[in-house]
Amino acid sequence: MDNTMRKRWISLYVENQVGVLSKISGLFSAKCYNLESLTVGTTEDPTISRMTIETLSDEETYEQIKKQLNRMVEVIKVIDFTEISVVMQELMFIKVKNCSKEDKAELFRIAQTYQAKVRDYGHDSLLLEFVHTAHKNSAIIQYLKSEFKTIEVVRGGTVGIEAITMPKR
Amino acid sequence: MKKISGNKLLVKALREEGVDILFGYPGACTIDISDEIYKQNYTKVILPRHEQALVHAADAYARSTGKVGVCLVTSGPGATNLVTGLATANYDSVPLVCFTGQVARHLIGNDAFQEVDIVGITRSITKYGITVKKREDLGRIIKEAFYIARTGRPGPVLVDLPKDVMAELGSGEYPGTVNIRGYKPSTTAHIGQLKRAIKMLGKAKRPLFLAGGGVNIARANESFRKMVEITKVPVVTTIMGRGAIPTDHPLFIGNLGMHGAYASNMAVGECDLLFSIGTRFNDRITGKLHAFAPNAQIVHIDIDTASISRNIKVDVPIVADAKEAIDKLLEYVEVCDTAKWLDEISVWKRMHPLKMKLKNGVMQAQDILETINEVFKDDEKIVVTDVGQHQMFTSQYLEVNEKTRMLTSGGLGTMGYGFPGAVGAQIGNPDSTVIAISGDGGMQMNIQEFATAVLEELPLILCVFNNTYLGMVRQWQKLFYGKRYSMTDLRSGAATRRGEEKPPTYTPDFVKLAESYGAKGIRVTKPEEMAPAFEQAKKNRALKVPTLIEFMLDPEDQVYPMVQPGGTLEEMILD
Repeated sequence: MDNTMRKRWISLYVENQVGVLSKISGLFSAKCYNLESLTVGTTEDPTISRMTIETLSDEETYEQIKKQLNRMVEVIKVIDFTEISVVMQELMFIKVKNCSKEDKAELFRIAQTYQAKVRDYGHDSLLLEFVHTAHKNSAIIQYLKSEFKTIEVVRGGTVGIEAITMPKR
Repeated sequence: MKKISGNKLLVKALREEGVDILFGYPGACTIDISDEIYKQNYTKVILPRHEQALVHAADAYARSTGKVGVCLVTSGPGATNLVTGLATANYDSVPLVCFTGQVARHLIGNDAFQEVDIVGITRSITKYGITVKKREDLGRIIKEAFYIARTGRPGPVLVDLPKDVMAELGSGEYPGTVNIRGYKPSTTAHIGQLKRAIKMLGKAKRPLFLAGGGVNIARANESFRKMVEITKVPVVTTIMGRGAIPTDHPLFIGNLGMHGAYASNMAVGECDLLFSIGTRFNDRITGKLHAFAPNAQIVHIDIDTASISRNIKVDVPIVADAKEAIDKLLEYVEVCDTAKWLDEISVWKRMHPLKMKLKNGVMQAQDILETINEVFKDDEKIVVTDVGQHQMFTSQYLEVNEKTRMLTSGGLGTMGYGFPGAVGAQIGNPDSTVIAISGDGGMQMNIQEFATAVLEELPLILCVFNNTYLGMVRQWQKLFYGKRYSMTDLRSGAATRRGEEKPPTYTPDFVKLAESYGAKGIRVTKPEEMAPAFEQAKKNRALKVPTLIEFMLDPEDQVYPMVQPGGTLEEMILD
């Protein structure tokens, strides 16, 4: 059994009902499981929601998490994303404030490099939209923090889906 | 079909589910349901005097009959009073359907009078809970509630009923079938895994069966006994599993765990194969986790996947209903060569038999239980315990067999369960002798139930083991806290705080208290009074009144053996 702590991902199909989200997140808090991020939205079937859950855990705990999720009446299917090829992205907005003219020019170059969109623009601030993996988004935050005086970040959490053509990683 | 109100549909559903007994307590949000129940004559209503007692009664009714226990309480405080009982039932896998009243939909979220989010409050202690938001969902939700409660690993389900949903007219149809896409409990064992387990059993030199509550819940006792007799493999049980095999069976060793028998705990330590069924390896039975069954490979049969390999790493996991799995195993199992192993166990049994240190002429818990075994030997009986020292004594000394069942709050350890539990068990089993065993602490947690027991004409026998202390905690204080009896002396109060030397003689006079409700009361202070008291109680059954017997016991009596919390099973305090 692998006892090292590492990031693991679950994709969860659940009944689209009031209270299900709090039941799932409640399980993590009640059992002291780590919950790094949880995103949720409806699927092509409006009665079903799909969640992407990111957790930091050892394998033993992770097995329990999957079993505990599976036994919930509202949970339709649990898919372990840890070992399969998936496409995962996270939406992130970063507002950079107190910019000089040079700062703004630099931010346009950064946007080009990171395939970010400039979503809004003012005389001393700029709003960027990034869609990358959570890991890369974190790295971008670190970089922008070191380069600019004030930044404001909002992240949406990871969403993921099984890849079609990517080989197993 | 004619449109009917939600209230009427609920009453119809109860009938279609065969609910002939309902444990209910009324309130503003359920008064219309009460009214509909009044108009019918199929479901009988029992009115306990507190919702906590109500849910415990429904719980013991379910445990003792195998049916689903059904509760109806009002919103707000009615619903919150269920919480302890729901947690109790959830831990011990008891099928309950609890209907709670709720304020009308337009008031939900407004902090309305007697409004609480009961589904939210009970989320982690129920198997499933839901507020019915639309009248057209009502029938389906009730049907699903009963199905979820009794299938798979059974458990409590809460259905919250807003008053206006219940008043609304809608379809009178109650569905006949259930289809929940996320809930398809599987009960059948994987045959390959079973064969692996049997192979290990064949090779083991010191195999041991460990039976938990799952064997009793699945009503697998008879099959289990057969399997034990064919294989000649000895058995230990958890407290919840007591009675999985008759306790006087030659292959039964005893309970294991914190207050398990010496031989049982030693056997777990020495076995090379622990074949466990229907247990979740609670910390009270394992002691120090890393030292539990250190020499053994472990097979684990359980209906709940999440119970497997949670506390104890398992070599062969088998997800299945205990009865189905054992019946399948019976097709393959063969006799094992256990003669030498049984000899070793019998040496441990002889070295330290389960026995209290005898005090001449002084009545002890062991004597009381042995008297019960003797006086009620031929009775079909159900013994319901409360929680504390008396519970451990009962689990050690009560003989449990085909005629006797023991109900106890094993997982949550709920004080106050015993008396209302006995009420529920007697209602479900009118012809059985029902004996409650409680302490002076537990008894006072739901003492108001005398009213229910007397008015329902229940011939219960209520034993109060009175040692004027909260004995189990006192035992810990004596052994591990330098005899600092903080908060455990039930006689202490203002006089003790003032430093007066002699505290008041005591608290309630249980005998008078029983009599004030119209029940019978007997006090027993000497060993020779025990048997006559039980004989009298047995006679009183014909009068259809409860009889309370108060046993005055020495607070110095301790439950041994004892494994120190966090210790290994083999390091027992013996006396």
